[in-house]
Amino acid sequence: MLRLLSLAVFFATWLAGSALAGEQMLPGPLAVAGAILGEARSGALFVNLGATLARVLLAFALAMTLGTALGILMGRVRTADRLGDPWLLILLNLPALVVVVLAYIWGGLTETAAIAAVAVNKLPTAIVTVREGARALDPTLDEMARVFAMPRWRTFRHVVLPQLLPYLAAAARSGLSLVWKIVLVVELLGRPNGVGFEIGIAFQLFDVTRILAYALSFTAVVLAIETFLVQPLERRASRWRLRPA
Amino acid sequence: MNDARPVGDSDLLEVRIGRKAFRSASGEEADVLCDVAFTLTHGEVGAFVGPSGCGKTTMLRIVAGLDPDFTGAVARPAGAIGMVFQEPRLLPWRTVDENIRLIAPAIDESTLASLFATLGLATHRSHFPAELSLGLARRVALARAFAVDPRLLILDEPFTSLDQPLAARLRDELALLVDRRPVTTLLVTHDLDEAARLADRLFLLSARPARILATLPIRQPRAARTAADIAALKAAVAQQQP
Repeated sequence: MLRLLSLAVFFATWLAGSALAGEQMLPGPLAVAGAILGEARSGALFVNLGATLARVLLAFALAMTLGTALGILMGRVRTADRLGDPWLLILLNLPALVVVVLAYIWGGLTETAAIAAVAVNKLPTAIVTVREGARALDPTLDEMARVFAMPRWRTFRHVVLPQLLPYLAAAARSGLSLVWKIVLVVELLGRPNGVGFEIGIAFQLFDVTRILAYALSFTAVVLAIETFLVQPLERRASRWRLRPA
Repeated sequence: MNDARPVGDSDLLEVRIGRKAFRSASGEEADVLCDVAFTLTHGEVGAFVGPSGCGKTTMLRIVAGLDPDFTGAVARPAGAIGMVFQEPRLLPWRTVDENIRLIAPAIDESTLASLFATLGLATHRSHFPAELSLGLARRVALARAFAVDPRLLILDEPFTSLDQPLAARLRDELALLVDRRPVTTLLVTHDLDEAARLADRLFLLSARPARILATLPIRQPRAARTAADIAALKAAVAQQQP
């Protein structure tokens, strides 16, 4: 109920802003809804949303897989942590734009270069988060698994992974929002489709309605992923807790 | 001088710890164990009694193979080790049933069911550890140790911080399990009563650095020990201790 009220205030503010600034600078919700419908009817909306979503998912999966593996390694092995830490610092402080531009120069304006650039941007934060989790692993459970000679894979799946889950969920949360923002930059600079490309065109035409139409559509997609995929998974993973955090 | 003798070429548990020391944060070395040597035959229950903090848990960790940093050698019977730690150490994100099956995947349903029945856990199989009392969680840890069909059972003060009647009940359940299927057992406790009721042989440990002060064999079978026998044993132990 409170959420709905908050949403209503958001739309009211939008309407008021639109009335003050004029339709040219800030079109109202109705105009944007109309633009979304128009794009949907022509099919362009789904083509572009699909292209962006595919890039987001690929880059996200790549960064999370690599980041989890490297994060566990650096959290458990001292030497790996020492060796990897300077690289991590460099990657963390490298501006996203620099990575994207360099990837396009070295790899050409290709899909591979685009996805790799996004993954490289997300990778260091995933490593840092998972490394925290790997450092906090409970040594008493590890000893238990060793005494009972639990096979390695079973130990990882049932002893280590559940302890890492909160950290993985945190990395996924922040990762999803970060990745889709960078995917838009990548599309703006060097892809012939996707939400970022459309926003680039709209920028050249000063078409604020279209910018908002695409931005809001994709935000809705991300929200849906969060509500229907991430949250239920998290609830399932924490059902053993007496009081879910 | 660690012997390279292969572990488990017999059914004996042979422990010879020459010296075990810990290095403190300030760099000083402190001896924890000193010349602790003993042998347990197949099915024998050896109980170590000593003041708290004397190094009993350290000895168990060495016997279990968790701490390779000592001089001496340990030869374990071939086969699985079942261990009950001071804390239950269950996986909080798995049910009681899963906690056992993950450790003992080969166990069949009827063996598991009778184990749960013996320990009074039959109604708790689908519960998560956070839903159990400490007493129940300790029973699950005991069930887990037996479920692997161990050749060596290691118990580290398994009934501490439980109230007396419950500790006594669990002790009897443990005696029942050990009598039903003999397994070489190493028990560490500071409760003389518990040791006198469960052990075939009592080892008295000194304060730190721990040495074996005396060894007392108990010849009466566990089930036949009366309160008077236990009292006599305790008196004998009291004589040994200065």
